[in-house]
Amino acid sequence: MRKFFLLSISSLCLATASYAQMDSLMNMLDKGAPTKKDDVTATFKATRIINGSSVENLGAGVLDFRIDHRFGDINDSKNFWGIDNAETKLALDYGITKWLMVGIGHSVFDKEDDGFLKAKILKQEKHGMPITLSYNGAISVQTTPAPVLPSGDTWKFSNRLYYTNQLLIARKFNDWLSLQLMPTIVHYNLIDSTKFSNNTIALGVGGRIKVSKRIAITGEYFYRLTNANLLYSGQTTYNSLSIGVDIETGGHVFQLMLSNSQGLTERTFIGQTTDSWTKGNIHLGFNISRVFTIVKPKEFRNSGTSW
Amino acid sequence: MKKLILTGCFVLMGATALFAQKYMTRTGKITFDATSKKSPEKIVGVNNEVANILDAQSGDIIFQVLIKSFKFESELMQEHFNENYMESDKYPKAEFKGNITNHADINFSKDGTYNVNVTGKLTIHNVTNDVTVPGTITVKGKTATAKTQFSVLLKDYKVVVPSLVADKVNTTATITLESNLTQK
Repeated sequence: MRKFFLLSISSLCLATASYAQMDSLMNMLDKGAPTKKDDVTATFKATRIINGSSVENLGAGVLDFRIDHRFGDINDSKNFWGIDNAETKLALDYGITKWLMVGIGHSVFDKEDDGFLKAKILKQEKHGMPITLSYNGAISVQTTPAPVLPSGDTWKFSNRLYYTNQLLIARKFNDWLSLQLMPTIVHYNLIDSTKFSNNTIALGVGGRIKVSKRIAITGEYFYRLTNANLLYSGQTTYNSLSIGVDIETGGHVFQLMLSNSQGLTERTFIGQTTDSWTKGNIHLGFNISRVFTIVKPKEFRNSGTSW
Repeated sequence: MKKLILTGCFVLMGATALFAQKYMTRTGKITFDATSKKSPEKIVGVNNEVANILDAQSGDIIFQVLIKSFKFESELMQEHFNENYMESDKYPKAEFKGNITNHADINFSKDGTYNVNVTGKLTIHNVTNDVTVPGTITVKGKTATAKTQFSVLLKDYKVVVPSLVADKVNTTATITLESNLTQK
């Protein structure tokens, strides 16, 4: 009996030693493993929710060629339900670092040229920082010919300028739901009448609901806190409301939307939207984005070009 | 008698611990290539942060890798890899736990290249499969370099390639591994 007892003890010892081996190897690997902050990624699919910017940035060294297109009023049967008088914006965006991107664009509407800069200030983490915070600043210039002015008046270049300053505060709540708040100030160097302020302050809210791995429903609304009665070229203006779908294919994201805004820069869609959903003046539109890797990640530096 | 057996048992355990030479690294390199023949762009991911440990005595070997540490030439491809294929938020790690079946053939005190067979469990995308792969271990002083190349069928790990990108992403991925371990 005693022998048996001893034998079983010794065999137990051996067994423990060999079973424990895998675990101890595992422990050695786990011990001292660098702790990585678990960043939350892909809050939105694209750098724009619909018209407005999202907290997503392009990667460092990535160039994005964009074609944003908005058809005319969907209830305008004289213009083939809006197809005949579309507005387009062509743009090039570039990621300088993973937290800083810049872009330039040209819109057909008002022949407007614009430039912007978007910087990520805070990044949402799985265990820690609850939100992502970005700053988006844009400047644009209207290049349409100067209007006929009463003699003695001059049309200064600064009359054509607009500025946008915006904070983007976003949270990815789970796999399928992301929301974003966008406190915004748009400054108009020239407005229709002195009874309006040159600054339109607005609070935007946007979001996306992912319905499958590659398709998401998006929405965006800019509520103007000031200048809600602003006239633009004598026309009443409305708050901008858009709903859309993001469709992801291999190399690009395709965004389809319905919006009462036809303009494609912040100053137009936030403060100078002259169409209204209730009157049926809705615009169908799409954004196409194609990305190119200009500067490859260091792991790929010594192989051929990527595109 | 009792004392002898117990002592023997402890000595044996001690000896196991004493002679169990471990080799380790956190900077192993894994490359996977899932480029389809007709694809205009390369579907290649590189990970330079592979954790790898090897027990010279038992031949036990473990590889661990964070999916998010895979780098791609295109940022968008990297996002799709994490979001759509590997679901790295849900399944952050891939792991191999196995044994060098012919580890007795390797003389860790003598420089040289040894052909090895490794068998074990490979877990990717939360799916575990038994795999056996050939490889080499090159001993040089206090370092050992493990190398292998093998293919995995994506569907074996429930990684679904939609028909839309079937002409770009292959149904199999070639995995190349090189890990430079140092004695601990």
